[in-house]
Amino acid sequence: MTTVLELSGISKRFGDIVANENISIALRKGEILALLGENGAGKTTLMSILFGHYTADSGTVRVDDVELPSGKPRAAIRAGVGMVHQHFSLAPNLTVLNNVMTGTEKLWSFKSDTAAARTKLLSISQRFGLSVNPDARLGDLSVGEQQRVEILRALYNDARILILDEPTAVLTNIEAERLFSTLKEMAKQGLSLIFISHKLDEVMAAADRIVVLRGGKVAAERRVGETSKAELAELMVGHRVTRPIRDAATPGAVALEATGVTVRRGGVDRLKDISFRLCEGEILGIIGVSGNGQAVLSHLVSGLAEPSIGNIRLFGEPLANLGVRALIESGIGRIPEDRNNEGAIGEMAIWENTVLERIWTPAFSKYGLVNRKAGIAFAQRIIGEFDVRGGRPTSRTRLLSGGNMQKLILGRNLHDRPRILIAAQPTRGLDEGAVAAIHARILEARSQGTAVLLISEDLDEVIGLADRIQAIVKGRLSPPVAAETADPRMLGLMMAGEWLQSEEAGHAS
Amino acid sequence: MRLERRAHRPLFLVLVSPLIAVAAALAIAGILIAMAGAPVLEAYWRIVTGAFGTRLAATETFTRATPLILTGLAAAVAFRARLWNIGAEGQFYVGAITVAALGSSTLAALPGPLLIPTLFSAGALAGMLLMLLPLWLRLRFSVDEVVTSLLLNFVAVLFVSLLVEGVLKDPLAFGWPQSLPVSEHALLPKLIMRSRLHIGLAVAVAAAIIVHLLQSRTVFGLRTRAAGLSPAGAAFAGVPLGLTLVKVACLSGGLAGLAGAIEVMGVKGYVTTDLSPGYGYSGIIVAMLANLHPVGVIAAAVFTAAMFVGADGMSRALGIPTYIADVVVSLSLLTMLVALFFTQYRIRR
Repeated sequence: MTTVLELSGISKRFGDIVANENISIALRKGEILALLGENGAGKTTLMSILFGHYTADSGTVRVDDVELPSGKPRAAIRAGVGMVHQHFSLAPNLTVLNNVMTGTEKLWSFKSDTAAARTKLLSISQRFGLSVNPDARLGDLSVGEQQRVEILRALYNDARILILDEPTAVLTNIEAERLFSTLKEMAKQGLSLIFISHKLDEVMAAADRIVVLRGGKVAAERRVGETSKAELAELMVGHRVTRPIRDAATPGAVALEATGVTVRRGGVDRLKDISFRLCEGEILGIIGVSGNGQAVLSHLVSGLAEPSIGNIRLFGEPLANLGVRALIESGIGRIPEDRNNEGAIGEMAIWENTVLERIWTPAFSKYGLVNRKAGIAFAQRIIGEFDVRGGRPTSRTRLLSGGNMQKLILGRNLHDRPRILIAAQPTRGLDEGAVAAIHARILEARSQGTAVLLISEDLDEVIGLADRIQAIVKGRLSPPVAAETADPRMLGLMMAGEWLQSEEAGHAS
Repeated sequence: MRLERRAHRPLFLVLVSPLIAVAAALAIAGILIAMAGAPVLEAYWRIVTGAFGTRLAATETFTRATPLILTGLAAAVAFRARLWNIGAEGQFYVGAITVAALGSSTLAALPGPLLIPTLFSAGALAGMLLMLLPLWLRLRFSVDEVVTSLLLNFVAVLFVSLLVEGVLKDPLAFGWPQSLPVSEHALLPKLIMRSRLHIGLAVAVAAAIIVHLLQSRTVFGLRTRAAGLSPAGAAFAGVPLGLTLVKVACLSGGLAGLAGAIEVMGVKGYVTTDLSPGYGYSGIIVAMLANLHPVGVIAAAVFTAAMFVGADGMSRALGIPTYIADVVVSLSLLTMLVALFFTQYRIRR
């Protein structure tokens, strides 16, 4: 098979950080190549260089044996390279057709040839089985459909080489499977694809060849048939990673109980009549496809939303005032879903982020004066205890990577042995090493008697950690099932809302 | 060539950026001076000597800097919390007119050591109240406070005009629209004899230091900064956003009101509708030049005051309109914005 794309000797540094070091990769026609690596392994940087968003310090990019000028995305597009970004670069207020056409016509032409564009779009969408309605407003589409539009836009620009940056990060399992069958179809028709991922399962399922990046270098290259998930995990992280193994739970007293809680915001029931019971020393997992009310649920138990109907009991006492401070005072640790916006303030120092949510305690302030020394010492302890790398207590939190920021957030919550831990998407977007570290910490807290409410979209995570599992669908919670009895198929059905239908049928009779 | 966000913001750059900004503003204004046919360097030298060359000039510069320090602080504390108080001018005037009303009333029978702090508080309180209105509109109805606080300036000035032409009009002022004078006990002691410089300067400098300590050492300061940088993050950490903004609005409005009070009690003794040559608006520039740092506000206020005072002398000597001072000060705001940008980003090839 012919080589369509060749990266040779690519190196790129950002200040002191080496993002890419002497990386060489070749892509053949009709091939799906997976670029596997932890966060910060240099995957996205490499692809940005290929696409001309960054200029490499050294090395060349050749498409069909012709060298691409560096730093010119337009040249890459013209050579037939298309990019599907992790965060879509589409305009939600335009139609699908308009989005696809954007940038393809001359700025000073008075007439827009919509008819020809529509024909071309439809023929592409038919050829690759990517069905879309050209006249739908993009903002009305689901995330999976929006991604399809991104892909179509690349194909519309006559891309023969398609690069997908973590394409499944935003997709549900079913959408991801559909995406991979589309990718295989595209490869069969002669397109060449590179997709970036840090998920072992999908790499094994979808790719022909896998290039593992670690620390900015190519760690290994494997054909899918010749390798295993265990080997890839080892290559990626550099040492063998195991998911923590659970001991049997020894549930104690009821720590947190919700009965018939409805949360109404903007006239819509974001949570509807939910009930759950969380005991000390156990992990209750809430699974669900994203956007089914997880954010409101975690806000509710984090003190940022109040029930419109129903009540919440904390250690048997009805909770009248659900303020953040009251919750923290009664021993609730909280890991927010959105660590960059809610969990930490990037422009503030690490020690400030460590103590901000308990600044009113006598340890950190007296008479309204901040005890800076104590705050820095506390942050230093957490950095040491929880292996937070990449910053001193006084450096800005923005400089931490996602995994280290999450360790910091976890550390400030677990340090004082909380009685309850709310963990919303605790490992989203993190690499395997950080995931394992965080899981171990959560299990450790559980064995010390902490009640853990784990809200997660990652099935493996919930199966691996939870003792009981409830599914969240359209703001409603399923009845709990014991984790030992749950298999992925059953959970998949729960997440699809199977119990809702039987419940509704029950109401009808 | 592209812009890249800096991982670290070097302290050196942060300190030097206002100086570079001012130098750039002076260079650009220099072109205008040259076009007006005057020697540029001499013009600037005249400004320097006009502002600091004699004892009278220097005291006059610092007299002018006093209200600018306070209005600059008012803008700086608000902007840090992302509360866009553009209403310092109005708050200045309500502070001033409140002092004129109380200082000329029976209350003025109080002895000076009691009367002066009372009037300071009253002026600050008036400024606070005027700032609380736009804040309430923002918290209750999400109305942009840039618009409301700005428009309230005109309301405040017209209200003052109403009073100085009406109930508070001084009958002994030969028909001029000016308020009753405050009692002699209410006048601030001079800092330097035979000059206009009064202890208000010391009060303003003390206020800057207190605000600095408040911001860097207290829970209030930490929470304010958190709320300004990331409302969602602050709310998650349990910072009461509304209450924090109320406190900031009180501090900001209070400082601007105090500026008005001190100007009346220190310089004129009564209120006219031209008491302020735009101190409230210039305060915004002062705050930006200081990079919103309270201690930096002192230096920025002195620079701005020196430009205005010095330009008078230059104008007399070289026949260039004094408006050149406005040009330099306004340009320095623009160049400072550019300089601030480059403390956060760098150019990469």
